[in-house]
Amino acid sequence: MKLPSKELNKILVRRYWADRVFRLCAVTMLLITLGTLAALLIDVFIDGAGRLSWPFLTSFPSRKPEQAGILSALVGTVYLMILTVVIAFPVGVGAAVYLEEYARRGWLSRLIELNIANLAGVPSIIYGLLGLELFVRAMRLEESLLAGALTMSLLVLPLVIIASREALRAVPPSIREASFALGASLWQTIWNQVLPLAFPGILTGAILAASRAIGEAAPLITIGALTYIAFLPDSLVAPFTVMPIQIFNWVSRPQKGFFEAAAAAIIVLLAVLLLMNAVAVYLRQKYQKRMNL
Amino acid sequence: MMPKRSQRGRIGEGLIQVLLLFCGILSVFTTLGIVAVLLFETIEFFREVSLVEFLTDTQWTPLFADKRFGILPLLSGTFLTTVIAVLVAMPVGLLSAIYLSEYASEKVRPVIKPLLEILAGIPTVVYGYFALLFVTPLLQKLIPSMAGFNALSPGIVMGIMIIPMISSLSEDAMYAVPQSLREAAYAMGSSKLQAAWRVVVPAAASGIAASFLLAVSRAIGETMIVAIAAGQQPRLTLNPFVPIETMTTYIVQVSLGDTPHGTIEYKTIFAVGTMLFVITLGLNLVSRWLRERFREQYG
Repeated sequence: MKLPSKELNKILVRRYWADRVFRLCAVTMLLITLGTLAALLIDVFIDGAGRLSWPFLTSFPSRKPEQAGILSALVGTVYLMILTVVIAFPVGVGAAVYLEEYARRGWLSRLIELNIANLAGVPSIIYGLLGLELFVRAMRLEESLLAGALTMSLLVLPLVIIASREALRAVPPSIREASFALGASLWQTIWNQVLPLAFPGILTGAILAASRAIGEAAPLITIGALTYIAFLPDSLVAPFTVMPIQIFNWVSRPQKGFFEAAAAAIIVLLAVLLLMNAVAVYLRQKYQKRMNL
Repeated sequence: MMPKRSQRGRIGEGLIQVLLLFCGILSVFTTLGIVAVLLFETIEFFREVSLVEFLTDTQWTPLFADKRFGILPLLSGTFLTTVIAVLVAMPVGLLSAIYLSEYASEKVRPVIKPLLEILAGIPTVVYGYFALLFVTPLLQKLIPSMAGFNALSPGIVMGIMIIPMISSLSEDAMYAVPQSLREAAYAMGSSKLQAAWRVVVPAAASGIAASFLLAVSRAIGETMIVAIAAGQQPRLTLNPFVPIETMTTYIVQVSLGDTPHGTIEYKTIFAVGTMLFVITLGLNLVSRWLRERFREQYG
């Protein structure tokens, strides 16, 4: 069948425009989305920059908005993050090593895998309910730093496992074969050859998991973490608060002064997250270079 | 030939393996723990409240003197914010994915993808702040009758938060569609848009649907945005301009108060948590099934 060239031309022009319009729509939507991100950052910065000061970082919360600071929340966040990593990192890496290096393809490894994938999708507040019953009540840890860190560890464990498995998988099999050929046992191979090579990748995953933990408030509120703390936690079983909870508390109050404090705290929180992600990116790049050698 | 290992070495190796296996099984115990805790307290809850009342009563007032235990208002609140979020995130996420997978040059993609990922990395309290103090006042200029707490503003902001989930998972699915299918479409005279829309998207449909379901599940479980900006008034309504309460917000509300262990108020958060867990688990499982089906097709 032969189309008259005028008809054909019309169809071609229409198709050309449809393509352009679609591309324009998609780019516009992307720009609006990224514009919203920019609006969020600018809005927070305008609201909070005036409140940022050294006293803000070194004062305890207060009933007077202009005197309120984030010292207890900042210290609480740092403690909680360190504890969470200390608990979740070895267990997560251990599970990943088991699944990648030891497990045979059987029902057990399939069950564990399916389970980890599902755990990654459980809402964070559900972990809070688990922590409330298991750590706060059954283990009688009360609303302590340790109870919070254990809850957070369960929350980030799937992330650590998934990231560690990817890092282990990226280590070429030839490394393992060479090690076996020299007479090393399975564990000697893993400990001396595989883990050092996978370590930067595992560390990147751990940092990303920790940054997830830093931003979470819901599970900690659920286990009963306090919103007003005017002292620093001095032991594992001391009560604590974290930055997201402090921000939530300030946003929930009617006075405008507390909104400014919340915005300033958000700037600090985002700065901490940015720093951690920068470290993760740096490690990843260094890692890629090493693997290419 | 394997060299003979010492007895101690062999025991050590075995011990390590058992230890590592335990690390892996710990995740199974986590799931069992969640199920056990939720079930235990929920059964306790249903000793005092009938299942029929829980599922059909239209009032949720466990914290008042006149207690009613109908979860419908909390479900409608969650449903409303989730639908708004999905209405925002689905078109934007899908179009972004098509653009990134089919149109964007190799120079643009590595710039835009990480930028979108930032959206997923921002703590949800920050989104809550943004919804309450930026988006709501902005919307109130357009709709003066809108309340300070409402479903619309946190719904929109939640939608923005889940865009990267949809766009990156959908893009992965489209990227995995074999190049030969595109080439066949071009050979038949398709334009880029036709190839993308009529060949690549249908081929990646199960992967795209999986990303939608995962995003919906994420929106249902999201807590801080709605706790800050949607209000704490359980109300059976689909009006997006009035204060409502979601299931997650209710759990936060009770946790903030001083609710003694063993009271009916305490048990309600587990009953609500069970509902939340069942819904999100169902969505996650279907999503996973769809993704596996997709992988079988083009693996």
